[in-house]
Amino acid sequence: MQDEPTPIELTKAVADFLRNDITPLISGHQAFKLRVAVNILDLVTRQLTREEGSDAREVERLRTLLGTEGSVVELNRVLAERIANGEADLATPGLAEHLWATTMDKLAVDQPNYASYKRELSRDG
Amino acid sequence: MIETELSRSVARWCPGATGATRAAKLSGGASQETWRFDIVHPDGNIGAILRRAPPGSGASSMRGPGLEAEATLMQFAHDAGVPSPRVLHVLTPDENLGAGFIMARVEGETIARKILRDEEFAATRPILARQIGRIASGLHGLPAAKLPSLRTVTSTGEIADLAREYRGLGRPRPVVELALRWLSDHDPGLSAEVTLVHGDFRNGNLIIGAEGVRAVLDWELAHLGDPMEDLGWICVNSWRFGEIDKPVGGFGSREDMFAGYEESGREVDPDRVMFWEVMGTLRWGIMCSRMMQRFRTWPDHSMEHAMIGRRASETEIDLLRLLAPRGR
Repeated sequence: MQDEPTPIELTKAVADFLRNDITPLISGHQAFKLRVAVNILDLVTRQLTREEGSDAREVERLRTLLGTEGSVVELNRVLAERIANGEADLATPGLAEHLWATTMDKLAVDQPNYASYKRELSRDG
Repeated sequence: MIETELSRSVARWCPGATGATRAAKLSGGASQETWRFDIVHPDGNIGAILRRAPPGSGASSMRGPGLEAEATLMQFAHDAGVPSPRVLHVLTPDENLGAGFIMARVEGETIARKILRDEEFAATRPILARQIGRIASGLHGLPAAKLPSLRTVTSTGEIADLAREYRGLGRPRPVVELALRWLSDHDPGLSAEVTLVHGDFRNGNLIIGAEGVRAVLDWELAHLGDPMEDLGWICVNSWRFGEIDKPVGGFGSREDMFAGYEESGREVDPDRVMFWEVMGTLRWGIMCSRMMQRFRTWPDHSMEHAMIGRRASETEIDLLRLLAPRGR
């Protein structure tokens, strides 16, 4: 077992330092790149926080949907193949709900401010 | 110094010009660059833009018709009344500037977020969708016989291309599979009329002033094909920059754009427009994923490319909103 602090705490500390202490000191193209860097650290923090839970839920849904076992990537490959060859489509019970849930979990990490995501989130609320 | 070559060039073809000044690179990759500069002239300096493939950079992008065809198209569009920058000069090899052309600079705003948010454009925004329809209709009405040689794009060919690119990326994406399947099932086939298609007709490639669209830029993806492709592409959610209830570039409604398009007697096929909107959304998603690959394989290790790669999921939620909408 690794010692503390956790990776989430570490990335968050670095992001906060760059955002609060360094951003005011930098201008021009470097400021733009710094903003991108801070955004990356924020994304990593969100992923570290959420990935375990969302992957577990995704695997669970995929097992039910596909009736087979495997890792999250393997199960996604099976689902992708079934959609490609027409064995699964939007008429398949649970498929649309699964794709929505998975996509919402992705957006929560990648781009929580994306307007389409916020709209759909308010629908869930 | 590029100004030396530009000075020599403008002196040859612009009567009275004595030189070039204030050259600044606006954007550019390895194969294509855009520069702004001023032509020094006794009657007042003339704002100009240079688009070029620098000397020794080889051929331009595979999908594009090349810079010379781009210049011909822009000139042609300009002469026919489609807002497009005036081409001033096509480069010749002895000028040592590479291949490309020089055009008149059109003042105005291209940054979508400013056009969509700033008070300055509040009165302009409501007229844009209709105007964009009229411009698309003018562009599609350019007589094909006079166009330079262009590749032809078909819906069926595009589906196959996107499927190949996606499979080449090697990562399963069920939403992408769903979209590919939908596209195949709804492939409208060859359009009754094949016209010039701009190919990148969207918010960001339009120069906007208070009175509306002043110029359509970036003709480098022009081709022959289904005119509805341009109308679908400008509706892709990624170009709405948050104004998701205004499908036409975040400016206005499809109905307004269609009305503007049909003013000149051309017809809109809304199902085809929808098909190309789905195609366009998927295409942008796959372009984002390609940026991820570039990030991984290129030595420059660009954080921007990395983050664009993570934007592929934005197109997945937009595809679901188009193909499997909830609660409506």
